[in-house]
Amino acid sequence: MKILTAVKRVVDYNVKVRVKADLSGVETANIKMSMNPFDEIAVEAATRLKESGHATEVVAVSCGTAKSEETLRTALAIGADRGVLVQTDAELQPLAVAKLLHAFVAHEQPQLVILGKQAIDDDSNQTGQMLAGLLGWPQATFASHIEIADGMATITREVDDGLETIALKLPAIITADLRLNEPRYVTLPSIMKAKKKPIDITNPEALGVDVAPRLETIQVTEPPVRPAGVRVADVAALIDKLKNEAKVI
Amino acid sequence: MRTLVIAEHDDGQLKNPTLNIITAAAKIGGEIDVLVVGLDVRQVADAASRLNGVDKVLLADAPHFAGNLAENVAAQVFSIANTNAYSHIVFAATSAGKNVAPRLAAKLDSAQISDVIEIVSADTFRRPIYAGNAIATVRSRDAIRVLTIRTTAFGACKTIADAAPIEVLDALEDIGLSSFKGRQVATSDRPDLTGARVVVSGGRGLGSADNFAILDPLAGKLGAALGASRAAVDSGFAPNDWQVGQTGKVVAPELYIAVGISGAIQHLAGMKDSKVIVAINKDADAPIFSIADYGLVGDLFDVVPELSRGL
Repeated sequence: MKILTAVKRVVDYNVKVRVKADLSGVETANIKMSMNPFDEIAVEAATRLKESGHATEVVAVSCGTAKSEETLRTALAIGADRGVLVQTDAELQPLAVAKLLHAFVAHEQPQLVILGKQAIDDDSNQTGQMLAGLLGWPQATFASHIEIADGMATITREVDDGLETIALKLPAIITADLRLNEPRYVTLPSIMKAKKKPIDITNPEALGVDVAPRLETIQVTEPPVRPAGVRVADVAALIDKLKNEAKVI
Repeated sequence: MRTLVIAEHDDGQLKNPTLNIITAAAKIGGEIDVLVVGLDVRQVADAASRLNGVDKVLLADAPHFAGNLAENVAAQVFSIANTNAYSHIVFAATSAGKNVAPRLAAKLDSAQISDVIEIVSADTFRRPIYAGNAIATVRSRDAIRVLTIRTTAFGACKTIADAAPIEVLDALEDIGLSSFKGRQVATSDRPDLTGARVVVSGGRGLGSADNFAILDPLAGKLGAALGASRAAVDSGFAPNDWQVGQTGKVVAPELYIAVGISGAIQHLAGMKDSKVIVAINKDADAPIFSIADYGLVGDLFDVVPELSRGL
């Protein structure tokens, strides 16, 4: 079984972004970029399925600028066998990425596609579900456990009131939640090995996909700032404030 | 304009997020239909028909809608999306809504707008990005606009005596690609986390799952829901459905008490719209204090019991 996994280069999760002065977006120049943390979990899950004998090959795809090749190298260091960069300087929205992956799935014919549930830049939480809709494949979002047997994937999902389990016929789409696994620490030898793994480069035109943004961003602004609060000396002072000033208890 | 609202329900009961998304739909303007898809959900349709602003309720009831499987639910919504000429299809940004909405949007070739916090006009919406550290205003030119609504950003609509008509739809066939196996739901006497008036949340500072019990008397006195930071959930101190943050639940209660939570930006994204925030932490430099209305520096194992006793 071949597994496809999709990885996105995003602003590192430790960086607090700042809105650009012209309100056109957030500053991304000269700040640390990393693989979207949920995608790391997805690559780790795909790699573990290969290590346990369920998969024969793991292919990592990234859609974005030439710099996304670094993100693919990280996926290769975790354990993907080869990478594909769909290179474009265009702004990519989730629907466009889903269409690129759709075209790519038709070409590669994987049995399973594992993606992160959400990218931590635009926080859309859409691409996996959209890909499933375009392909007409079943989907399991927010996965915290995966079992593959007899052409079926049995998935535990993190939902608002706890956990639920569903079974999907393969081929299928899975999106990874936080508790699916803890991605391995990438060692120097695996980074060296990843440098020798192949990365193919293609582009949206070659895949026949129009990636023009469909949502127009009119402006990006700072959220309202909360006024600074006060420190209270002790529990009695806190109770007094909550009762008499905030009047919430 | 005509908006289709997808009702949230569980165990045959209409769930509260539906009331918030109807308020959002009313802000868009035009007529409002509510679609109830599920198994044994006639009662849900009855409840939805008495929500203020609803013109019509559509009901699709069939065994294969059990568990709200995305494949069957999205197909049912898709089947009426074009024929009824909807301008907007609105879901709650809950685990159920987030699961189905993008699948439907892709089938409609519509660019979904996730986590809407403000309806600027029928085609323009505001939504948080980068864990709420920026707010994007986006315009959609799509014929059918698919939205998920952040429920904490909109009040609940009212229930009225006059019921809107209920139309029963033919349920589509089971697609048969997926099946629902079961659910593990923790039962609790506490209020629902996203709808609670008061939330008491614990972080890594609690140190263990057993220590989380220290929050029980406090939550009990305040009638509060219990929440947790990602660090606490990852460490196994609290169940996943307690997680508050960028990728967990977003809450905006009257009072949020953060206990032993340092305040990573991912956590702040889930609670910074709370009306009053209290932080209890032994580290005076913890970032949580920068957004707290009332900060108390101290050992939570002393402070929390004392607070419970004092209330």
